[in-house]
Amino acid sequence: MTSKPHCSSSLSPFLSMNLVELARNIREQKVTSEEIVRKVFQNIDENEYNLHAYLAFWKDEAVEKARACDERIRLFREKNGTSEADNTALPPLLGVPVAIKDNLLYAGKPATCGSKMLENYIPPFAATCVEKLEEAGAVIIGKTNMDEFGMGVSTEHSYFGATSHPMDPKRVPGGSSGGSAAAVAANEALAALGTDTGGSVRQPAAFCGLYGLRPTYGSVSRHGLVAFASSMDQAGPITRSSIDAAVLYNIVTGADEKDQTSVLSPKIDLEVMENYRMEGKRIGIPKQLLAGEGKITISEEVANGLSVFRDFLRENGAVVEEVDMPVLSYAVPVYYILSSAEASSNLSRYDGIRYGFRAEGIEDLRELYTKTRSEGFGLEVKRRILLGNYVLSSEHFEDIYRKAEKARNLIRKAFDDAFERYDLLLSPTSPVTAPEKGEISDDPLTAYTSDLCTVPASLSGIPAISIPVKSCPALRPCAAGGNDEVSGNSPVLPIGIQLMGPRFGEQEILGAARFFEKHVKGGAEDA
Amino acid sequence: MREFETVVGLEVHVELKTESKIFCSCPTKFGGAANAHICEVCAGLPGALPRLNRKVLDYAILTALALRCDVTRESRFDRKNYFYPDLPKGYQISQLYAPIGRNGYMDIDIAGSPETGGSSADEKRRKRIRIHELHMEDDAGKLIHEETENITRIDFSRCGVPLLEIVTEPDFREPEEVTAFLEDLRRLLKSIDVSDGKMQEGSLRVDVNLSVRPKGEEALGTRTEMKNLSSFRAVTKAIAFEADRQWEVLRGGGVIQRETRRWDEQKEETFAMRKKEDASEYKYYPEPDLPVLHITEQKIDEVRSVLPELPGEKKRRYIKEWNLPEYDAGILTENKEITVLFEKTAEICKDPKGASNWIMGEILKILNDMNMQPEEMKVRAESPGEIILLVKEGRISRASGKELLRAAFTENAMPEEYAEAHDLWLISDPEKLADVITEVLEKNPKAVGEYKSGKTKNFQFLLGQAMRATGGKADPAALRKALEEGLAGPDLL
Repeated sequence: MTSKPHCSSSLSPFLSMNLVELARNIREQKVTSEEIVRKVFQNIDENEYNLHAYLAFWKDEAVEKARACDERIRLFREKNGTSEADNTALPPLLGVPVAIKDNLLYAGKPATCGSKMLENYIPPFAATCVEKLEEAGAVIIGKTNMDEFGMGVSTEHSYFGATSHPMDPKRVPGGSSGGSAAAVAANEALAALGTDTGGSVRQPAAFCGLYGLRPTYGSVSRHGLVAFASSMDQAGPITRSSIDAAVLYNIVTGADEKDQTSVLSPKIDLEVMENYRMEGKRIGIPKQLLAGEGKITISEEVANGLSVFRDFLRENGAVVEEVDMPVLSYAVPVYYILSSAEASSNLSRYDGIRYGFRAEGIEDLRELYTKTRSEGFGLEVKRRILLGNYVLSSEHFEDIYRKAEKARNLIRKAFDDAFERYDLLLSPTSPVTAPEKGEISDDPLTAYTSDLCTVPASLSGIPAISIPVKSCPALRPCAAGGNDEVSGNSPVLPIGIQLMGPRFGEQEILGAARFFEKHVKGGAEDA
Repeated sequence: MREFETVVGLEVHVELKTESKIFCSCPTKFGGAANAHICEVCAGLPGALPRLNRKVLDYAILTALALRCDVTRESRFDRKNYFYPDLPKGYQISQLYAPIGRNGYMDIDIAGSPETGGSSADEKRRKRIRIHELHMEDDAGKLIHEETENITRIDFSRCGVPLLEIVTEPDFREPEEVTAFLEDLRRLLKSIDVSDGKMQEGSLRVDVNLSVRPKGEEALGTRTEMKNLSSFRAVTKAIAFEADRQWEVLRGGGVIQRETRRWDEQKEETFAMRKKEDASEYKYYPEPDLPVLHITEQKIDEVRSVLPELPGEKKRRYIKEWNLPEYDAGILTENKEITVLFEKTAEICKDPKGASNWIMGEILKILNDMNMQPEEMKVRAESPGEIILLVKEGRISRASGKELLRAAFTENAMPEEYAEAHDLWLISDPEKLADVITEVLEKNPKAVGEYKSGKTKNFQFLLGQAMRATGGKADPAALRKALEEGLAGPDLL
């Protein structure tokens, strides 16, 4: 018993569902996985030329997998009956198309990390988080574009070309997980995994009007995540709803013997999340995250969005106040010192000896290294490697690296202290909305400074989520894709609000995100 | 009299004999095709993470305790960054800032004395060599240069084999001290069963840091580091060569370069490999992929409880308590199997000195004749002690004891059964022997008469006759007693 193919418009109710609802509808055979996957590839066919969200996708294979999911459901229902209770014995995301960032390994599929260095590299094993997605029944359809090795805030530093913002091709989708965010926002995938070192999940989610969760450091295994800065790298979901973020988080989290820095953290209770109460919550806004520097000062729209969000929280009974965390002023330089130090070492393995790119016309070993690495890495990566080598050199290790390490500990402590008094901390995700291409990528210092709000959570290992908000005319969550609200020539760009929680505080930040999503959405629909 | 003094410190790399590698589960055993034993972790593929083999940590703590080191309670790994084709990650995972062990020592006994210039083997002096630190790290691969084709191949199978690096203080002044230390260290590592300590096979690799200074001078000179020392002999020769070379340079008004030098086994000289400043920038920093190791008091106690008496202590105890010669005590503690055999044997025959003599005189000879290493012995552990006891109790002769011992090693003979089957039992029953004596005395009235009138040397003649009458199977002591009694008894004639 197979349902007839729907025409694409009759699919739209399914495409606007959250992942839990969609997976249930697939299990109940109200729609087939194949239809959903084909629809997603239709979107890819239509948009990808302009968007360039993907570095690789595999339609035939994905459709084949979708069919296998549908067949599995058919057999299951034949054998076990059709009640929903029975169907929950099937994997939770069975048949749902998901994209993954290119630095998350999927055995047998290319993993370029946006770099010429790994242009033809095919990994022999999969990331633990990708394996978990597959076990949950997701159909992995492709690998998304990114700044080379995760270094960048715009996806312009991809060797294979920039990704465009889904609402405005002149703009960037953010980065480094810009491909994942653009794909989800343009319905080229129903959800995606990104990776976040200094904000690479949260900032593109903010720019594209999506939810982006950076989990507690260690709660998602890094096995199979190509390292940029090991002490901060963390995979996380980029999704259209807070529920989707929670569902994906529940799937990919867990301790992994292949990553000794991984830890077992509690899963999200979706019912508790649904019943989150804002009343009596204490929420702090770190003053230092409202300040900017140079070209990066908090924009009016963002400031406005933040105050509307703050008012919403207050109206619902939360106590919101500014909190002074002076040490956060050092977060950006500390982040760039430590992440570049780790990157310079992590990227040493790309030497042209065993795999990946090797330069031509080599005379000796030294030249093999210098030519391969000079030609194989892009400018931004080379800049970080140089910076990393500088801070690790015996001459500067004590006065730069060690100091940054101390500052990092102080930042951790400042958060520990803050979470003694506050349930959540609030800030913009990015001081600005999506800039135009070339606007910040040509000016590294400006680009680095724009990470002000996201790097503190990275340095301290705490969880943080970016919640999509539009500043005007009415506060409401940004519709996925966001191409519905164009005023004049320039679209109103999404704004992301960041909520940070204590270590393992995912339930708290997702609960608050869901509360906002539910109430504001309800309000908008009533209007 | 030399006008300068040589100062030496060692860096010893010990290959641990764990089943699997330090940061992955690949086997450490070699053999098979090149690159047969590699995985994403030891081959340094993108996305792979190290995971510490707990056995390596146990071995490291055990070795640290054996070398009397302080065990670091919060030990960490650091990355040592450098490029080389045998290093797939572009960094070695080592320990710089918080190595597992620090501030240890080992006491060694050295033959001869530099002061007296004496070299008598009996004249020993004791010296304490301080251990600066001990740390864990992973080994690199191997480059195979094929001169004929002008290419280099890389075998990554050795990548990730666990190493302990033991760094001494610059406490050595003579090559003999260095070899004595290395001998004792090897013995110690084998006795705690963490390494087979074979220098030729590379499981014990020694780098020598050496400088010279005028006699009486306090400040240390500039040192060089020597590599490729694959035997004790090479170590001794290289130290002598390099000390002379440096002194010649200094005497000629030159300066010593801080550099790494390679020992050329054929030419018996060292030559410069690379200037130290090229290589000293390793950009060490804390390894973010491995958590801090919290070593608890309980863990240390647990490891300490399995720490056996160490060879050095054992040797000194054998000499002191059991009065064994220094040389014998050294041999008996050199090898774990021999030590175990000795202690078991001594326990059974209740005669450590006798057990030592039998092992030194007979058992080592038997093993040598069988062309067998002590590790390959298959003898039943109790047999040697039981055999020695049979000899001591006069139940078999010394010669039979030797025969029986050999049978125990070659064909796993059970002492009592073998003695029975081969009719080795000595006669010690006083009644039986009295009968024999009576007969002998009756047959030799002349000799007896002369004996009784004072010709006491006839005793030996009569004893010989009596022994012959038993076919050599009498217990000599018992037979002697029976003869004495027979001669003292009532006149038979």
